[in-house]
Amino acid sequence: MFDTLRPRHFFVIGLPLFVLCVTAGLLLAGDSEPADQAETLPDAVESGDAEGRVPLDSRAEIIAMSCAACHGTDGRKATAIPALAGKPAPVLEALLLAYKRDQMPDATVMPRLAKGYTDEELASVAEYFSALSPE
Amino acid sequence: MKLSKSISRRESLKWIGVAGLSAAFGAYVRPAWAGSANGRVVVVGGGFGGATAAKYLKRLAPSLDVTLIEPQTRYITCPFTNLYLGGVRAFETLWHDYTELREVYGVRVVHQLAEDVDADRRVVKLADGEVLTWDRLILSPGIDLRWDALEGYDESASERAPHAWKPGAQSRLLRQQLEAMEDGGTFILVAPDNPYRCPPGPYERVSMVAHYCKTHKPRSKILLLDSKDAFSKQDLFTEGWKANYGDMIEWVGRSQDGRVLRVDADRLEVETEFGTVHKADVLNVVPPQKAGIIADRAGVSDASGWAPIKARTFESRQVPGVYVIGDATEAAPMPKSGFLANVQAKMTVQAVMADLAGQPAPEPSWANTCYSLITPEWGITVAGVYEVYDDVLREVPGSGGVSPLDASAVFRRQEADFARGWYAGIAQDVWGTRSSS
Ligand SMILES: Cc1cc2nc3c(=O)[nH]c(=O)nc-3n(C[C@H](O)[C@H](O)[C@H](O)COP(=O)(O)OP(=O)(O)OC[C@H]3O[C@@H](n4cnc5c(N)ncnc54)[C@H](O)[C@@H]3O)c2cc1C
Repeated sequence: MFDTLRPRHFFVIGLPLFVLCVTAGLLLAGDSEPADQAETLPDAVESGDAEGRVPLDSRAEIIAMSCAACHGTDGRKATAIPALAGKPAPVLEALLLAYKRDQMPDATVMPRLAKGYTDEELASVAEYFSALSPE
Repeated sequence: MKLSKSISRRESLKWIGVAGLSAAFGAYVRPAWAGSANGRVVVVGGGFGGATAAKYLKRLAPSLDVTLIEPQTRYITCPFTNLYLGGVRAFETLWHDYTELREVYGVRVVHQLAEDVDADRRVVKLADGEVLTWDRLILSPGIDLRWDALEGYDESASERAPHAWKPGAQSRLLRQQLEAMEDGGTFILVAPDNPYRCPPGPYERVSMVAHYCKTHKPRSKILLLDSKDAFSKQDLFTEGWKANYGDMIEWVGRSQDGRVLRVDADRLEVETEFGTVHKADVLNVVPPQKAGIIADRAGVSDASGWAPIKARTFESRQVPGVYVIGDATEAAPMPKSGFLANVQAKMTVQAVMADLAGQPAPEPSWANTCYSLITPEWGITVAGVYEVYDDVLREVPGSGGVSPLDASAVFRRQEADFARGWYAGIAQDVWGTRSSS
């Protein structure tokens, strides 16, 4: 991810997308939930149904496990390939969608990978990494 | 940021659906039973698949009793041994160990060879006589070489004509031979038919040998004798070879009589299907392969030599309770890569946890990227995303593919940088190795 997020590209693509997403975020902010509900970390195991089970597969986490093979465990390894943990979800999501739609000139492998997921999956993966602490 | 986070999180609930709503933060929630899964899991093999499996079992379910069996205290990766051969990477940078697994995750690491598996009694026997019981067994033994497949090529022949397809002494031997080769010498690589470990590996290897020869032995010749008529990232390799090495590398496919049937390691000669004899100065034979021998002992491999698995879980089709991951599996269309062994491990860990809890396995998802270096500044990739469809593995339609032809030098350079980044990232993810790129 952030394949081509070199300074030049950031200003050409990333920045407008970022502005777009932040704007979108603010527009939606009017009916937001209390912010403290956002503090649940992925590692927490939520209480589930009567038997203590949640009939749910954590799709975002499952997909994110593939990302770790380049971006490190929990997306925390920064090399030429950037870390993902703690990055703003709207930015991650906008990038993933831009990769998927071939809107990132010179992107290398991410467009081919992003096409393997639905938009909803990409959004949930963006959310997932944004909620992780960078360290 | 908090504000917009909670919004998109709430948005995400829509996509997760009703189940997600009941859990408040759907996208992040693991099934409640998962964290407290109980039982004893034994993992055989501390490579890309096995070490990942042990780590993620403990990460996801700390209460599990996890034992990893691996004879070596130091694991050497195959990935980037080609760079070592090319003189662009120090051998020690390919070494990893089990400290993180042991100290951070509480995995019991036993440095022994697993000699036998009795699936009925659910035990594995180690070389030192210890017998371990398990509730679920995960096998990631990698490959063994078929010493019976090429006439004249057995283990002792590999001391003169190395395969270097399992890293360690073999890699050093091949490097020494290359260094000792005279300028103007002939390096021959014999490549096997599919399936085998790392489909682009032989082609990356001759690239790195050419990179070394270009500076140190420019009059040398590299001949690749192949048992196939097509290979991974072929157009990209062909383009890159021509651009960087002129005609130093010659590839001979099967229909041009590239298939080697006989090896004479003493004379460094090989003979092809139609009787052509080639003489090498350095002879690198990559023989046909099969699943690591313990797969036979456990009864999970079939006549092909590989282990057939259930697509969703990678549980053996032949032996219940035994899961097989990595190169040992028959998991087409997935290539045998370290990347996929790592991702398969993570998916299988979840299937094992679900199974122990009497739950269905969650829907898996696998991605892969195989980087190859043609020069240290010229990287190419093949990528894919995989899913289960009608009970079989397939590539998600519309996803994946190879780097473009005719790409800019900047693009090739970036994929080379990402290759190094990938190595550092996966080494951290599997063994906790700390390094910069
Ligand atoms: C030259 C080359 C280049 C490559 N480059 C890449 C690359 O760039 N990217 C990529 O993704 N992949 C690459 N690969 C492929 C990669 O090395 C394999 O796909 C990967 O190692 C498979 O992981 P595994 O867990 O199945 O097996 P391995 O990593 O081989 O691990 C198996 C482990 O099991 C142990 N073992 C075996 N039998 C037993 C037993 N009976 N008891 C106990 N322990 C046992 C072995 O000691 C070994 O440590 C390359 C391979 C080669 C040869």
